[in-house]
Amino acid sequence: MTEPSSAPRSFQEIILRLQTYWASKGCAILQPYDMEVGAGTFHPATTLRALGSKAWAAAYVQPSRRPTDGRYGENPNRLQHYYQYQVLIKPSPPDLQELYLGSLQAIGIDMELHDIRFVEDDWESPTLGAWGLGWEVWCDGMEVSQFTYFQQVGGHDCAPVSGELTYGLERLAMYVLGVDHVMDMPFNDPQSPSPLTYGDIFKQTEEEYARWNFDVANTEVLLRHFQEAEAECAAILAQEHDDPKTGKRIIMAHPAYDQCIKASHIFNLLDARGVISVTERQAYIGRVRALAKQCADAFVLTEAAGHVA
Amino acid sequence: MPDLLIELFSEEIPARMQARAGEDLKKRITDGLVEAGLTYAGAAALTTPRRLTLAVEGLLAESPTIREERKGPKVGAPDKAIEGFLRGAGLTRDQLEERDTPKGAVYFATIEKPGRPAAKIVAEVLEATIRNFPWPKSMRWGAGQMRWVRPLHSILCILSDEAGAQVVPLEVEGITSGDTTAGHRFMAPDRFAVTSFEDYAAKLKRAFVVLSPEERAEHIWNDAQNMAFAAGLEVVDDKSLLAEVAGLVEWPVVLMGQIDEEFLELPPEVLQTSMKEHQKFFSVRNPRTGRIERFITVANRETADNGATILAGNQKVLSARLADAKFFWENDLRVAKSDIAQWTRALENVTFHNKLGTQAERIDRIAALARELAPVVGADADQAEKAARLAKADLSSEMVYEFPELQGLMGRYYIEAAGEDAAVAAVAQEHYSPLGPSDDVPTAPLSVTVALADKLDTLTGFWAIDEKPTGSKDPFALRRAALGVIRLTLENGVVLRLGERLLNPLRFARVHANMAEQRHLNASGSVSENEVNSRRFTELAIEATEIGNRLRLGAGAQADEAGLIENLMSFFHDRLKVFLREEGIRHDIIDACIAMEGNDDLNLLVKRARALNAVIATEDGENLVQGFKRANNILSQAEEKDGVEYSYGADVKFAETDSEKALFAALDAADAKIDPALKAEDFPTAMAAMAELRGPVDAFFEDVQVNTDNDILRRNRLNLLSQIRKVCSSVADLTRIEG
Repeated sequence: MTEPSSAPRSFQEIILRLQTYWASKGCAILQPYDMEVGAGTFHPATTLRALGSKAWAAAYVQPSRRPTDGRYGENPNRLQHYYQYQVLIKPSPPDLQELYLGSLQAIGIDMELHDIRFVEDDWESPTLGAWGLGWEVWCDGMEVSQFTYFQQVGGHDCAPVSGELTYGLERLAMYVLGVDHVMDMPFNDPQSPSPLTYGDIFKQTEEEYARWNFDVANTEVLLRHFQEAEAECAAILAQEHDDPKTGKRIIMAHPAYDQCIKASHIFNLLDARGVISVTERQAYIGRVRALAKQCADAFVLTEAAGHVA
Repeated sequence: MPDLLIELFSEEIPARMQARAGEDLKKRITDGLVEAGLTYAGAAALTTPRRLTLAVEGLLAESPTIREERKGPKVGAPDKAIEGFLRGAGLTRDQLEERDTPKGAVYFATIEKPGRPAAKIVAEVLEATIRNFPWPKSMRWGAGQMRWVRPLHSILCILSDEAGAQVVPLEVEGITSGDTTAGHRFMAPDRFAVTSFEDYAAKLKRAFVVLSPEERAEHIWNDAQNMAFAAGLEVVDDKSLLAEVAGLVEWPVVLMGQIDEEFLELPPEVLQTSMKEHQKFFSVRNPRTGRIERFITVANRETADNGATILAGNQKVLSARLADAKFFWENDLRVAKSDIAQWTRALENVTFHNKLGTQAERIDRIAALARELAPVVGADADQAEKAARLAKADLSSEMVYEFPELQGLMGRYYIEAAGEDAAVAAVAQEHYSPLGPSDDVPTAPLSVTVALADKLDTLTGFWAIDEKPTGSKDPFALRRAALGVIRLTLENGVVLRLGERLLNPLRFARVHANMAEQRHLNASGSVSENEVNSRRFTELAIEATEIGNRLRLGAGAQADEAGLIENLMSFFHDRLKVFLREEGIRHDIIDACIAMEGNDDLNLLVKRARALNAVIATEDGENLVQGFKRANNILSQAEEKDGVEYSYGADVKFAETDSEKALFAALDAADAKIDPALKAEDFPTAMAAMAELRGPVDAFFEDVQVNTDNDILRRNRLNLLSQIRKVCSSVADLTRIEG
C-alpha cells in the first residue's frame, strides 16, 4: 500500500486527486453526462457499459439530482444537487478493494489512524432493473463509499462482472477537510486570491431549486414530458436496425436511453411535488424500469457490447 | 491419524451470514468425508469477516477397502443379460465366479473398491462444497463463473500429522489450494504459511486476527462493561448487536465516547435505536437516571493515538445522525401538539394492502370494532374509538418513517404530548402486543380492546381477500394475530362469542376490498383522479352496501360469508390446539370440547378443555371414557340395526339387577349435579360428577347383558345406555377422545 499523502485543502483538490489516482490505475477519465440524473450509476458509461463482454475502465464526476433531498441549503448534509465520483471497471479486478483503499490514501486518509470497514450493503436499483452485492465502506463509522459487484443491469446478467465504486463527494470531502456544514466547505484553495466556499457557489441554487422542485414545477407539463419520453424511447427502439440512409447497422441504444434518463428524472420531480401516491410510485418505477430494460436489450446487440453481427 | 485444516479466505462476508456459513461448511465437509468412508474424531468451524475455517481432528488417512458381492444371471443365460450384468459391475466375464445354488449354477461378481487416500477425498469434497455452498445470497465476480458470497481469494487446505503438513492439491476456478493465509487487512496484511490448526490460530493471533467469534464477542463485552463500570455507567445488553459487531471485526478494539449534551433529552429508545441501526454502537446508560449518556463503538484496529481519531470521527457521525433524530423529534412534537389527527388523515394516502385499501380505511375498521368490543372488555366506547384512531397516527411521523421499529412507542410519546390521557397514549404502544408466544399481553382495558380489534380486523381483512396462510407461508403474520387474540382473551378473561364478532369486520373489510378494486380499475395513471376523498367514499360505500345487502345479498353470498367465518373459526381452533399443546393438553381433548356448543367463546372452550384434561388424567375419568365408548358403540350398532333412535323412556321398573338399578340412580344423581354445574360453567364439578359414573357404569357392564332375547328388557337397557350418552355428551363429545 502506498504512503498516505498530505492533507488536501479543498473540495476540488479531492476531486483532482481522485481523477489523478484513477487515471494512474488505467481508467479513462470521462466527463459528466450532460443530462439530469439521480446518481452516477445512470451515466451510460456505467449503466450500459456494465453490459456486454468488452473490457471497460472509466472514472468520472457526475453531478446528481435528488429533488426530494432539497433543504434550501440549510441542512449541513443534504442537497438536491450534489456530486458523485464514480468508477466502473469490467471485469472487476481481483485487487479492487486494495485499489479502492489506495484512493482513500490518495485523498489524505491515513490507514494507520482510521478504521476502515466493509459493511454489507446490497445494492438494488428498481428503476434500472439492476442489482449487485457489496458493501458500504465505513471510515470511523461514516459511510464514505458504496462498493458493488454488478450482477444484473436492465434485467441482463453482467458477464463479466463490473466492480462499481461510488463516492459521495461532499460527505467524503467534509470528513477529510474537517468541515461540519457543507456550505462552509472550501471549494477552491482557501489561500487563493479569491477563495470560494461550497456555499458561495451552491447556497443560492439550492434555495432556487428547492422552491421550484417542491412548489412550482408544473406537474401537468412534467406528466406530459414523462409520457413523451416514454413514447419517444419506444419509438426509437422500434426503428429498423439497418439505417436506410447510410445502409449501416445502427441500433440507437444511447438516444433511447437518454429518454429513459429523462423519464426517471421527471418521475423524481413529480415525487418531490408530492403528486405520486404510494400505489402509483410502484407503477411509475415499473414504467421506467421497462424503458431501462428495453435500452439494455438494444445495447447488448451493439458492437460496444461486444456483439458480433 | 492426520488432522485437516481448511480456510476459505474472501472479501468481507456479511456479519449476519457468518455463523450459519461456518455450520454449513462443517456439515457439508464432514458429511462428505463420512460418506466417502473417512471417519473423524472431532470438527470445529470458526469464522471471521474474511474467512471460514474448519478444523477436523483425527481423520482416517485413507478410506477402508469395500468388498461387495453381487448375484448375477444363471450360467447359460442369454449373452445380453450377462453383458448387462458385467457392465453394471464393471468387470469382465473371466472375473465372474460360477456357484451352485438350489436353482442351478449362477454367476457371482465380487467388486472390490479399494480405499482412497484422504487427500483425494478431501479435495473432491471441498471442491463440491465450494461449488454448491448454500449462501443465502451469492455472486459472481471478474470474468469467472463461480459463485461465492463475495470474491473468494484463497483456499488453504492441509493435512497434518507427526510427519508434517501437506497441502491437499485442488483447484477451483483458477484458485489453487495452498498452505498460506493472510493476517489483519491493515495491521498485518502479509501472507504466511501454516503447518497445523494450532500453528494457524497462534500465527493469526500474532497477525491481529482473533479466529473465534465467541472469543471476539466475549472480549468486546468484557471491555465494554469494564469501561462503562469505570465511569459509573452500564452497557445496555444487546445480544444480537454483539454478535453482529463480533462479525464485523477481526481485531476488536473497544472505545467509549460521549454523546453531545444537546441530544441527551431525546427519548432513550430513540438514542438507542439510532446508535444501533446506523452506527452499530452499544448504548451506555446511567443506572441512576436511566438516561443513555455515552456510546461504545468497536474498531477493527489499534492505532498509534489509541483510537482518538477513530473515536472523534465516530462521535462526529453520531452527532450528525442525532441532529437528524432531534430534528424529527422536535418537528413531530410540534405536529402532535397542534393537530395530531392530521397524521391519521395522512394515512389516507398510504396503502395497507393493494387489495384491502389504505391504512386510513383500516383504522376506520379498527375504530368501529373497538367501539363494539369496548363494553365487553370493560372499556369506555368513546375512549376506545379515540384510542384506535390515534394508535397508528405515528406511522405518519418523521421519526417512525426513519425508524420503523419505534412505531407505537413514538405514538405513545406524541399522543401524551398532544394532551391525551395516558391510557389512550399507552394504547399506541400496547395495541401491537402480544407479538409472540412469550411477549407480554396488555392488561389495561383500553389497550386490550384496541389490541383485539386490531388483530381481529387483520384476520377478517385477509380472510375477506382470501390471503390465508398456506403451509409455511404466512407473510402477514396471521397465525401470530390469531395467537394474539387467543392470549388477549384468555389472559384477560374476556368473554366473547368470536363467531358473532367476526361478521361486521368481515363485511366492512369486503367493502374496502371492493373500493380498492374499483380504484385500481380507475387508476389510469392520471394523478388527479386519485385524489379522491376516501373517507367520504367510505361512508357512501357503506350505505350503498348496506342497502345492497338488504336488496341483493342472496343466499349464495350469505353462505359464502358464513363459510368464511367458519373457516376463520377453525383457524382459531387450530391455533388454540398449538397453544394448549404447550400445557400438555392433547388435540383430541380439545376436539372433544370444540364439538360442543359455544366453541367460539375461547374462555369457555379452554375452561372445558382444561377440566376434561384433568378428569381424563384420573383413573375414574379414563375408565369412564371407555365405559362411555362401550355404551355408545352398543347403542350405535343397535340403532343402526333396528333403524330407530333409543333416546327416551328407560324405566327403572324394568331393571333386573342391583347394578342396573344403581346405574339408574347414579345417572339421576349425576344429571342433577352436571346440569347446574354446566349452567354455572363450572366444568370441574360437572366433569367430576361425570367421572363418578365410572363405578356404576363398569358394574353395569360387568353384570348385565344389554342385547338379551327379551325385547322389552333390551329396549329398556338401550334406552338406559342412551341416558349415559346424553349425560356424558352434555359435558364434552367423548367420541373424539382417542385410545
